[in-house]
Amino acid sequence: MLTAQLLYGLTGCLIVALGLRTVLLHASLLHRVVAINVLGAGVFMILVAIAYRGPGVPPDPIPHALVLTGIVVAVSATALALALARRLTAEQSND
Amino acid sequence: MNTTGLLVFDGLLLISIVSLAWSALASPDARRSVILFMAFGLVLAVAWGRLLAPDVALAEAAIGAGLSGALLLVAVGEQSNRALQDNALRVSERNALRVRATLQWVITILCVALAATLAWALVHALDRATNERLAQIVSENLAASGVSNPVTAILLNFRAYDTLLELAVLLTAVLGILALGTARPDYQRTGPVFDGLARWLVPVLILTAGYLLWVGAHAPGGAFQAGATLAAAAVVLRLAGERSIGLPQAGALRVILAAGVGMFLVVGLTLLLLGRPFLGYPPAWAGSLILLIESAAMLAIAATLVLAFLGGRPPAIAVNEENNRC
Repeated sequence: MLTAQLLYGLTGCLIVALGLRTVLLHASLLHRVVAINVLGAGVFMILVAIAYRGPGVPPDPIPHALVLTGIVVAVSATALALALARRLTAEQSND
Repeated sequence: MNTTGLLVFDGLLLISIVSLAWSALASPDARRSVILFMAFGLVLAVAWGRLLAPDVALAEAAIGAGLSGALLLVAVGEQSNRALQDNALRVSERNALRVRATLQWVITILCVALAATLAWALVHALDRATNERLAQIVSENLAASGVSNPVTAILLNFRAYDTLLELAVLLTAVLGILALGTARPDYQRTGPVFDGLARWLVPVLILTAGYLLWVGAHAPGGAFQAGATLAAAAVVLRLAGERSIGLPQAGALRVILAAGVGMFLVVGLTLLLLGRPFLGYPPAWAGSLILLIESAAMLAIAATLVLAFLGGRPPAIAVNEENNRC
């Protein structure tokens, strides 16, 4: 086990918890979307930390591919969430 | 760099990541929160570089911090315009959603428990002799994949199914956005300074997108980073107040949105007809087929991200559909 793996991995765990707390507790939809993105970043951090093999050693490319996929899925989910929130606000102000 | 120096760097980087995440989440002002989130993404990209994940770093900077940030900022701008009009509505909404203090504590404790469980699992996973079998299989078969960047080899060859489905997720999201509303109105034309910047920046961005697409075969880069860069060019044009931002008209736009999934399926099914497994490229052709799929995927990703930034159907499509209805 490398110190860097542990440091970055544990920070990832912390960020997941921080993000999830805001997703559950915050009233504003926009804050929740930001928080889901922060939560995702924490998960990515755990995966990239697991892939790390020390300086000068090629890292495991499989978690990297997973994270890359995750980033693209996260942005499309964010875009859809924002479109839903926009429609919701429009419907509410029509009432 | 020596070990102590690296450790100090790690410490500083992680402290800034956690404090940026914390302040982005704790800020009551949405605009501030989004800007802090973008800074968080950029510092995160440095961390990916530090952990030798340059492919992820590029994607994070372009998509995670850049385009997500742009999408969120536009949403904030629109929300604060609306907020002035119907302030009363938002106040009642806030009261309805105000969570009781007890519940806040319960949720906080559960989140701490989750972090502890994750940390335990992580330490456990790192403690076991690392299972290098999959990474070994990748490096042994890299020569037959048609590319020499292992991340591209996994995304477009070894696990091409996953990427096909990922593009399907992207297509589903953009269909949702198209169904939910019409595009936001165009911006006013900007002054000569931004106009001059756009004139230089847009060609450079388009060129960079092409370079990233090509270089992805043997170095960090690929369709996702290239698509995001191409979308950034359109975003700059839109911010400059340009009416035409490179999106094609209705019919062609639909074809481009489906191009990523479409090209994957065409290649996969053609291979199936030739008696090979679905998406099992012949090694001699793998490089060209991957470039073909990636080019289509880049266009689809860029168009999807631009439509997400517009916020819905561009006017041409909206008019077209009204005509059909008449």
